[in-house]
Amino acid sequence: MLSFVIRRLGTMALTMLCLTIIVFFLINLDPNLKKLAISQTEMHTSAEQLESWLAEHGYRQNFFVRYGQWLGVMPKQPVTDPATGKPVQRFSFCNDPVVPTFSGVLQGDFGCSTKFKTAVASKLFPALSATGILMFWVLAVMVPISLLIGILAGMREGSRTDRVLSVASIASTATPEYVSGVIFTVIFASWLGWLNGSAASASQGITFYNFTLPVMTLAIYGIGYIARMTRASMVEVMTQQYIRTARLKGLSFGSVVVKHALRNALIAPFTVIMLQFPWLLTGVVIVEVMFRYQGFGYTLVEAAGNNDIDLLLGCSLVSVFIVLITQLISDVGYAFLNPRIRVQ
Amino acid sequence: MPVQYISAFTVVLEVLSRFWPVWIALLIVMGASFAYKKKLALYGQLFDSGVGIVGVGICLFWLFTAIFAASISPFDPLAQVPIMKDVLPGAIEPQSGLTYLFGGDKLARDVFSRMVYGSQIVLIIAPAATGFALMVGITLGLPAGYYGGKIDTVLSFLANLVLAFPVILLFYLLVTPGIMDTPIPYGMAGVFFLFPIIFFSVLFWTRYKNRPDRLYILLGITLIVGGWIYLGLVFDKDPLKIVHIDPNQLNIFVAVVFASSPGVFRIVRGLVMDIKTRDYVAAAQTRGESPWYIMLWEILPNARGPLIVDACLRIGYTTILLGTLGYFGLGLAPESPDWGTAIKDASRLLRSFIHPALPPTIALMSFVLGLNLLADSLREQSMKD
Repeated sequence: MLSFVIRRLGTMALTMLCLTIIVFFLINLDPNLKKLAISQTEMHTSAEQLESWLAEHGYRQNFFVRYGQWLGVMPKQPVTDPATGKPVQRFSFCNDPVVPTFSGVLQGDFGCSTKFKTAVASKLFPALSATGILMFWVLAVMVPISLLIGILAGMREGSRTDRVLSVASIASTATPEYVSGVIFTVIFASWLGWLNGSAASASQGITFYNFTLPVMTLAIYGIGYIARMTRASMVEVMTQQYIRTARLKGLSFGSVVVKHALRNALIAPFTVIMLQFPWLLTGVVIVEVMFRYQGFGYTLVEAAGNNDIDLLLGCSLVSVFIVLITQLISDVGYAFLNPRIRVQ
Repeated sequence: MPVQYISAFTVVLEVLSRFWPVWIALLIVMGASFAYKKKLALYGQLFDSGVGIVGVGICLFWLFTAIFAASISPFDPLAQVPIMKDVLPGAIEPQSGLTYLFGGDKLARDVFSRMVYGSQIVLIIAPAATGFALMVGITLGLPAGYYGGKIDTVLSFLANLVLAFPVILLFYLLVTPGIMDTPIPYGMAGVFFLFPIIFFSVLFWTRYKNRPDRLYILLGITLIVGGWIYLGLVFDKDPLKIVHIDPNQLNIFVAVVFASSPGVFRIVRGLVMDIKTRDYVAAAQTRGESPWYIMLWEILPNARGPLIVDACLRIGYTTILLGTLGYFGLGLAPESPDWGTAIKDASRLLRSFIHPALPPTIALMSFVLGLNLLADSLREQSMKD
């Protein structure tokens, strides 16, 4: 087990290395750098001025040198002020060093956000904690509801309850966040006026009024999928011999479901819930933009829209890390929950 | 001059009657399918369950809507009539006397016509991109599952690499106006569009290599048609100027294929690993068939059930992806009538007007729902066998 986890962690590190190189390459394409230079300099700058801005801020160094600097295996060079010839900070707003230092991701320095004019860490981590709160509530709503639907549907395969709940879960998987968000806003905010169509005030304090719509919108897309997986797993368990034995022994249907079937049926949904995180990540971006909630997704869109290199790299590192770590947890957890696999 | 309105009931009647070519086509196709359902194998079996009928019905509805878009929609989806700005559903356009059935949007365009034309964009890109993703996934998944070992390790690593990207980040990186100045989208298109040609060439070669009369015809057709489309799509140099794709559409297309082919790859790989242990595969190996013959003519046909189900779900998923692209304003032109862009435009103004938001959302949802229902009933039917 330990060697399996270590091997997986190794693959994970390699994957993250490859992905950051790809992201680094794509953000540093020439048109993107030009866009950054245009947004960072005054209006009406000539092509030469843009070029000199890029060169001054170190964007014209060798690709691998810059990647190494970001990673922290190459020293970050301060830029030279053309007027005085002395080394100065690259960006004054986030305490860049004035002497060459190793200061990259490996040292815990995520770089400098050009859009928000601050260090990436001071922007990214508050945003992540805001998204963490959102995720917590989404999971708190999504997991119990979807498991309940799945178990009720899978308990008696082919019954009326099963068919109704199955169609409902198919309908919910056909509703992406931007569709359900619009429909819920129309119903609950515009017509009924019960809920707030914007979660911008949720940064100050979360209330039922401003937080329900984003949570609902984000939960609905996942509910159908998890419910269907739970149903499939439940249906399979209900056909097993030991369930029939328990029934023939004279146990009531309810107690067979709760005591015998449930435990075995919930192993598969655990994996599915864990693998939902990458999907939730995309959903988070849509929902945060739609409801103006200042979390991770909002930051990612701002970073991508303004070609904020370090911030976008930080965002991709975090999201890739979340995806990979949840995959690892789901594999390890599966082996842990299922004794048949643990023994092998 | 104030704008005149017709009543809500008339709006409903008018909408239903505007779809007349769709109803007729639906009636013909559904009637014929019902009459001959015994002879139509898996497709015929769909008509045994209510879910299947609804699924097929919804999918065909949008298919015919896309085909007959020009005669259904009363207005040009891009035309702006200034006095119709933000009008409510049922407003009569004074010049032509036609009605803005679902009202006007903030740029005074007809919401109904835009919804109808939006179906064209979705129904061309989503199935085509899914088709290419299937080709890429199958061509790479077959050897990965069949041979295993190093080739499997490398390909699986690459697939997991792409799958570890959050889709939205991938789109922000791959679908930007800047990237069209670089050769990246064209290079990727060049690679992806090569897969169907390789797939069909190998398919025919393995089967007919001892029958040159058949082989040369089929290979010739594949190479000529494939090469022609390839030239048109990748280099935009179709000598007959028929096959043409806008650079930004090509960009979207490539990004969507890139995002969804690793999923197909994983499914195909899993299926192959399961099927290759069967007796008929062992029999073919004993006969001395080549590995690619076994993969393409023994394993692939037996994996078709799960693949068809997956393809249906995947078209729906691609539709959702396209909507996401539209919602974030990536790739598609800002005035494009596709559903995602329409949802984006309308959702900004939900506080004042809700009518432009509902038609595209319901259209997108119903189409994806139709595909999911279809997939669900296909899965049930194929499990019965």
